[in-house]
Formats: sequence, structure tokens, C-alpha cells
Amino acid sequence: MTRVGVVVFPGSNCEYDALAAMTSLGADAELVWHSVTDLDGFDAIILPGGFAHGDYLRPGALARFSPVMEAVTRFASDGGSVLGICNGFQVLTEAGLLPGALQKNRGLTFLCQPTTLVVSSTASVLTSHATLGQELVIPINHFSGSYTCDDATYDELIANDRIVLTYKENPNGSRGDIAGITNARGNVVGLMPHPERAMSTLLGSDDGRILLESFVTAPIASFVL
Amino acid sequence: MNSPASLHGALGLSDEEFEQIKAVLGRDPNHLELALFGVMWSEHCSYKSSRLHLRRLPTTGAHVLVGPGENAGVIDAGDGIAVAIRIESHNHPSAIEPYQGAATGVGGILRDVFTMGARPLAVMDPLFFGELNDARQRWLVEGVVSGISGYGNSVGVPTIGGELTFDDCYSANPLVNVLCVGALPVERLVLGVASGVGNLAVLLGSRTGRDGIGGVSVLASAGFSGEDGAASIDEAKRPSVQVGDPYEEKRLIEACLELLDGGYVVGIQDLGGAGLVCGTSETAARGGVGMDVDVTAVPLRELGMAPYEIMTSESQERMVAIITPENLAAVQAICNKWEVRASVVGHVVAPTVGADGVTRAMLRIRDGFDGEILAEVPASALADEAPLYDRPRERPDWLDAVLADDPTDDEPIGSPNDDLLDLLVDPAWVYRQYDSQLFLNTVVGPGRDAALLRLAGPGLPASTKGIAISTDSNPRWCALDPRLGTALTVIEGVANLACVGATAKAVVNCLNFGNPEHPAVMWQLSESIDGMAEACNGLNLPVIGGNVSLYNESGGNDIDPTPVMGLLGVIDHLVAPPPGWNWRDGDTVVLVGARHADGDVPFPLGGSRWATRRHRRGGHLTGVEPGALHATLPFVTGEVASICAGHDSDVTAVHDVGGGGLATALAEMVAVTGIGARVEELEGHGELFSEFPGRFVVATNDPAAFSARAADVGAPVAVLGVVGGERLTIGNAVDLSVEEIARRRAGALVDALEAN
Amino acid sequence: MNYFVIVDVTLRAGIADPEGATIERALPALGFTGVTDVKAGKSFRMNIDADSETDALEKATALAERLLSNPVIEDASARLGAVHAS
Repeated sequence: MTRVGVVVFPGSNCEYDALAAMTSLGADAELVWHSVTDLDGFDAIILPGGFAHGDYLRPGALARFSPVMEAVTRFASDGGSVLGICNGFQVLTEAGLLPGALQKNRGLTFLCQPTTLVVSSTASVLTSHATLGQELVIPINHFSGSYTCDDATYDELIANDRIVLTYKENPNGSRGDIAGITNARGNVVGLMPHPERAMSTLLGSDDGRILLESFVTAPIASFVL
Repeated sequence: MNSPASLHGALGLSDEEFEQIKAVLGRDPNHLELALFGVMWSEHCSYKSSRLHLRRLPTTGAHVLVGPGENAGVIDAGDGIAVAIRIESHNHPSAIEPYQGAATGVGGILRDVFTMGARPLAVMDPLFFGELNDARQRWLVEGVVSGISGYGNSVGVPTIGGELTFDDCYSANPLVNVLCVGALPVERLVLGVASGVGNLAVLLGSRTGRDGIGGVSVLASAGFSGEDGAASIDEAKRPSVQVGDPYEEKRLIEACLELLDGGYVVGIQDLGGAGLVCGTSETAARGGVGMDVDVTAVPLRELGMAPYEIMTSESQERMVAIITPENLAAVQAICNKWEVRASVVGHVVAPTVGADGVTRAMLRIRDGFDGEILAEVPASALADEAPLYDRPRERPDWLDAVLADDPTDDEPIGSPNDDLLDLLVDPAWVYRQYDSQLFLNTVVGPGRDAALLRLAGPGLPASTKGIAISTDSNPRWCALDPRLGTALTVIEGVANLACVGATAKAVVNCLNFGNPEHPAVMWQLSESIDGMAEACNGLNLPVIGGNVSLYNESGGNDIDPTPVMGLLGVIDHLVAPPPGWNWRDGDTVVLVGARHADGDVPFPLGGSRWATRRHRRGGHLTGVEPGALHATLPFVTGEVASICAGHDSDVTAVHDVGGGGLATALAEMVAVTGIGARVEELEGHGELFSEFPGRFVVATNDPAAFSARAADVGAPVAVLGVVGGERLTIGNAVDLSVEEIARRRAGALVDALEAN
Repeated sequence: MNYFVIVDVTLRAGIADPEGATIERALPALGFTGVTDVKAGKSFRMNIDADSETDALEKATALAERLLSNPVIEDASARLGAVHAS
């Protein structure tokens, strides 16, 4: 059984939702307080959505200095699966684990709405079970979700197939319609949409399952390899 | 009457109230004591104009765990889960600073709910502004919405609905009401009670500043400042606007819930209006114990604060917890983890025997726990014994002329097509800014008849139940007939819950009215309360909480009576979404419920949105035939509940006929599905736009079977037409393309906000 | 010595600035014409104990680069303020 740690910063608020999604997929998931410095025993780590440290200064700017982030960095460099959802994606970019930055939405308002995503790469722990070009209905919920980066970074993301999800209709002004990216190894993924909110047709969509199923089984798959 | 020249007059206390205070104390109050009475006996804290009338509401039921008077009402929803609900207004602060006014309104209502031990699960916001052709109104709308969004999203509680009303009567008095619902395991229910002599009152959360010291600040200019060291404060710079900090509140919620989980808390109370004096006197009065409060133990954000400022400050994100001394270390440890400040500011003490030989539980404000006593007042005198007024009430003499000016027989100007397009407003611009999905409970979110949530959350027993919440108001109806208007508003709420399959279990209300010193306003308030009582008695619904906001007037003009009803419903088995408005090609469109209004006029237009858009504000309000109503509401509820329980059904869509009438309900279904309909000829613009509750547009793919089921229970059904095509046609009256309906509805609000 | 230092954080050239652009678009309607290149940013004020002005500014620049700004999209600059913060 995959053991998943869901990191809780003060101000996180999607931690229970991420926990519920992982548990429903059969993972052994638990919350990890942000002061923890040792992630031994975990197969995968999620940085959930929310407003870590109130999003004061910039989203993710203070959270990257939480003690747990050094452990997350080590965990990632050892090949562990790391997923940043929404605020978690912002933390990963601030911490330098993923390139670029997330700016305020083009329309300068918070947006909570369903979006249609297109799977643009399956070379990541989040998208390995999905099909290239597959469309998934998954909600967004953010004020600062407009992905930005310099030309060199953008070219590198394209050249190495690191853009994993794009918006079919760009809601926030993200460069290249980017909704989610991965690092070069494919084991660290950040995305602004919330797959854990799309786990059941009772709540509108279960298109998030295929992504989180990929994520839960990825550590076991790489172990077998 | 009060003499403004006197200090008590400046504090808002009348001469009679001042005499009453002297009688309570057996002496003259000092300035600090007078300040405590001034805030606690204010209309805002004491409900002194409305309490007498509120007693007429039904408040009990087998499932009611906590009724009015506590921080929130609580019902037993079954499966070991209790649901707490509360509604409040934040009208006046939002008129001054819309972002912070709305934000702190959200913060306050959340504290009321987690004070009961409940995790706040959802917020709803009924909002009322003037018409958007005025730049100030647009500024207010954008400020209030971004304040709710900024605070609610960050604090991590989803905002799942509300209401949006534009009417010139709110131009100078916008209304911002906030409702919060939370859930808890039944056994964790806690109350705001101090008990146990020797126990400690611990102040949790933010430091105390001069925020929200409004009325009491007169003390600074009343010769009071010299003796307490506050003289250096420039009054113009006094920050009476309260500023919210959702990050502090988030940590406060988590810390308090962890304290409650651990059983470390005897009683807990949030500090809202009237701050520490309210929190300490109410907990002490409920527990029948005294409390010593050390003002020097209160962590301050500003230098040189006087005791009256410390005791009455409305600084946000603060709670008072009553704990036993042996739990202090554990409480400190949990607060440290969440980076929440915790300071012992009070000691629970035994009641004392006064000079007159009478034993009283006293609130004593001290300069150090062993220091000088700065104020000594019976706690119950502050919390429970404010004066009670039966203010003069009189049916306004202008009402007859208004009633006579009935728009029902007006010749329609322009075409019904234009009238219909003019009534369509999609509030999506507002609710897209709210996180409506957190906690994975939102089955039906904002923008529909009612919100529907799974009844689940961290720490709750497993359940497949759901809860539904609706907020409803109809000030146009209530202006014509506050009693019937309020009763119909309650019915409208029950009908909205029916659309998501939920049975109404309790009502909370926010009564927004004008100046209670106007006899016409007191008459409206009293009538409205009677109308609510009649409707709730008829539907067997307890009223478990409420809030009264008076003095919504400006330049002598009172707002229309605006009682907002918050309805809480329960659905027993929620495993599939309700049908919503999603009709399909080929479905039959039927109207369920009474086709005509009760009485001589089949399709009254008095108080309708159609008439209001024409500045025709008069006319008679008409009721609903009770027989049809009492058959229709449970029938529709049952039909939808069966779908939610996972059963097959021929019903594909259900929508309440509300504001804008039948034509508007049909057009809304066209807009969200992109599928048109052909509807038979209706009885003129009256039937297109008349508003009376208890009617539903239902789409079914087996009209014979549906009609048979309705007939079994006596619910009236009339076939209106067929779903399909690219146009909505209603007889020869309406003929519009689906595209135009959708475009006009989507653009109405955005275009109005972007106008310059 | 104690120095009053102001740190300005602005978006780097070429980074989209929807806030600045929105403000700029709103100005003509309010009667302010001829205003161009509006950029939104942040300003931080602090008192710093240091041996010299240079030392104070170096300290401020270092903390601005590490925490106050995101170098991917923002530039930070520190300057001495005229009066003390309070």
C-alpha cells in the first residue's frame, strides 16, 4: 500500500480533501505537520491547496521556509513522488523545485469554476495513466494561477515534454495555457486545478481519479522498474 | 428621553436607563461602568426594541438541541451529527468600508459557529445594494464581494450561495447578511457558559487594539481621557473600521477545535460586538458565577489604551475559553502549535454578598488580579437585564394609497420578449469569486434554488445524509404586507429546499429594518414577526436563531422591510445529485402547484419584479391556497429525494418559480441547458411574471406516470409544453432564441458593473 | 546605529502586470490623461541595526532577495528613508 504524506502548513485548507481522495484510492495517507524534518517511510508527498501562512507576502513565499520543505527537497531529489496542488504548486515554484512563477489571474479576481484540461504529456507521476490529448473536467480555485516564466524556461518545458496539463480555454492568462508542469525526471508535478475535487460524479466530475490513481501507483511502479 | 449633553446620553443611554443603572448598583456608576452598560444595553447587543416581539416565534421541536439566545442554533440531524446554524448582519460596517465590513462579517459568523464546537462547513451571503447605475453602488458590490471572497476563501470555509438584490431603497443602506452552517458530533456540543469557581478565562487569538470602538469613544472627549492616560490619542485617527485577518482566524478555528476535541474547555465564547465585556459578562451570567477580569493581562496592539477601550474593543479574531487551571499547560501547548496567543485574563469567582445582603454574581474589572477594582457590576445586569421596550407601532397611513396603486391591470408597455430579457440576471460573476467546493461536500453550489451539501467533515461520524440551505427574502412583498410577505418568504424557502429533495427542519432569520423609533417601522417589524410565526407554526418549523438589524435608514428614509429567512433542511440519503435544471430534448414541461394565486385575482403583479422594474411599487399581495401548497411541497421534496437516494425517475429537472415568475423560471432553464422549449399560451403577462410561492417547473419524460403520482397526493399538475429546439416560445407572447436568452442573462450583471 | 530602510519590489521588465494595466486603463475615465507605464509593486519599511548606511542597505538587499521578492518575476531595491519608521 502506498504511504502518502499530506503536508499541513498553518493556513492550508485542502489537506482533508487530499487525504480523503488518497484514502478512497486505497492509499495509506496521513497528515504531516510543517515542522517535520524527516519524511522517511513515505512513498509520496502532497502539498495541498489553501493559503499557507495566509499567502502573506506572496503565495508560497513563507511556506518554502517551513522546516518540512528541506525534507521535501531531499525526498524529491531521491526520486520520491511529489505533487503540489494549487497553493502546493505555488510553494513548489517558490522553493525552486519547479520553474516559473504564478501570478494573479488576468481578470484580477478569484476564480472557482470547472475547467476542461487537456493531457499534454504522460511522462509524469500524475499523468502516466492518462492518454495524450485526453480531456478532463476538473475545477480550478485560485487568485494567483497565471503561470509565467521566461522564454528559455518555456522553450525547455516544451522541448522536454514537461507541460503535463493545459487548459482547453485559458481562464487566467497562463502562458501557453499551462495548467500543470513537471520537473525533468517526472517525479515532481505541480498543477493549479484540483483533481481531489473531481473524484465523484455526486460532486460533478470524477475525472480527477485517473490523475490521482497515476500518482498513487507511481511509487510502486518505479520500484518495480 | 436622553439628554445629549450628559455623558450617559452621549453613550446612547436614556435618562431612564441611567436611573435604572443607579438602582442596580445602588450608587452612581463610574465612567468605566457606564461604558460597559452603554455597549451592553445598546440596541445591537440587547435587542431592546425587538425582544418583546421575538418571543412570539415558535422555537422548540424534538430535534432542536439549542434554540435562540446562544451563539448559534443547533439541531440533531441524526446519525450522531448535530448541525449548527447562525445568520447575522454586517450592514453598517459594510456601508463604510465594504471589503473589511464584509470580511469581518464572515469572520464573526464563523466564530459563532465554532464556538458551539462545530466545524464551520459553509457560508451563504444575502446581499442588497442600490441600482448599479450609480458608481458608489458598483464600488460597494465589488468591495463586498471581494471581501467575502478574500476572507472566506482564505479562512477555508466554502461560500455556497446567497442572494443578490438591487433596489434603490438600499442606496444609502446596503445590507450584508452572512449565514454559516457547521457540524459536530452530537456529544461535543459546548455552550458559552462559565462555571467552576477557580476556573480561568483565557483570551485566545489576536491582540486587542482600538478597532470598532465606535460609540464609546465619546468617553475620550468627555473628560474621561485625562484620568486614564488615553489623552494622547488623536480621535480622528481612531481606527473604528475593524480589519479582518483570515489567517489568524484559520489558526484560531483549528486551535479551538483541537481544544474542544481534547476536552480541555468548560465553556467558550467568541468576542464580537462589545468585545470582552460581552464575552465575560455573558459567560458569567449564564453560569451564575462571578468573574474577575484583569485589564493589564490583555495583550494590546497599541500603547496607552484605557480600560474602557480594552473592555469594549471589537478587535477581530478573538475568543474567550473557560478552562480548569490544571489544563492550562495543555491549552498553551495546543495554542503554541497553531501560533495562537493565549492569555489568562479572568478568574471565575463565587457570587458575592452585597451591602444590601443580596448575593450577586459580579463582573469585576481590575488593575491586576490583586489590584484596584475599576468596575464592579452584576454580570446578569449587563447580559440579561437590559431594558425591554414596547415601542409605539402604527400601520403607516401611506400604505392604503400604495395598496390601491396596483400594477396588475397595467397595460404592458413593450413586448413580453423585452420584459423577460430584462428580468434575467446570472449571478455567476459573484459566486465564481467564492470557493464553493472545499471539503468535498458541495453537491449543489451557488446559483441554483438551494445549496445541497453532503453531511460530512473531519471528525464527524459516517453518514449518507445531506443538508440543504436556502436564504430567501422578498422586500417588495414585505413593503406591501410585512405579515403575509414574511410568511410567503418562509414558504419560498421551503420550496427552494424541495428542489434539492430536502425537508425543512429549522429557520434562522435576519431582520433588517429601518429606524425602530418610527412607529411604521415597529409595525412592520411586529407584523413580520407574526407572519414568520404563522408560517412556521403552519409548517411545524422551529425558529432556532436570529439577528435584528435596525436603524437601516438614511435621511429619514427607511429601507423596505427586509426579513431574510435562512432555511435548513435535511435529506436522509444522498448518493446521487438532484436533477437540477437539466431538462432534455423531448421532455414534457409541467407546472406543479396551484396554477392561480389564492383569491379573486388569478395572477397578481403587486410586489413582482416585473412591476418593480417599471417603478410600480404598489398593489396587493396575494396568498397561496393552503391545500395545494401542503400537497405540493412534500410531493416535490419526495420526488427529488428519491432521485438523490439513487432511484430511477422520469423527472429530469425541477426549478422553483421565484422572482420574475414562470417565464423567468423557464428562461433560466433554457439558459443553463442551451435547450429551448415550446410552451402553450399563458394568461397574458400576468401569468408570465406573477410571483407567488409553492410552484415548480418540472420536466419529465413520462408525463402520464408523473401526473398519476401527483394526483395520488393531490398535488396539482398542468402540462405546459415540450422541451426542445433552439428557441423558447410561450404561446404568441414570447419567442426568443436560446442564444439570446443565454447571452443576455450571462451579461446582465457584468455589463452593469462595467458601465461608467 | 539604527537605519530606516525602504525596500521596493517591482515586476521585472517583460513580466505581465495585469494590476498596473488595469489601473492605467481606468485613469482616462477619471480625467487623468497622459499617464503611461503604470506598474504595480510593493513597498516594505523597516528599521535595521547596522554599522553603517552601506551595511544597512546590504542587509536589506539580502533579505529582499531571499524573502521579500521572487527573483523569477520580481526585482527588489533598497534605499534609505528620510524619517524613522514607527
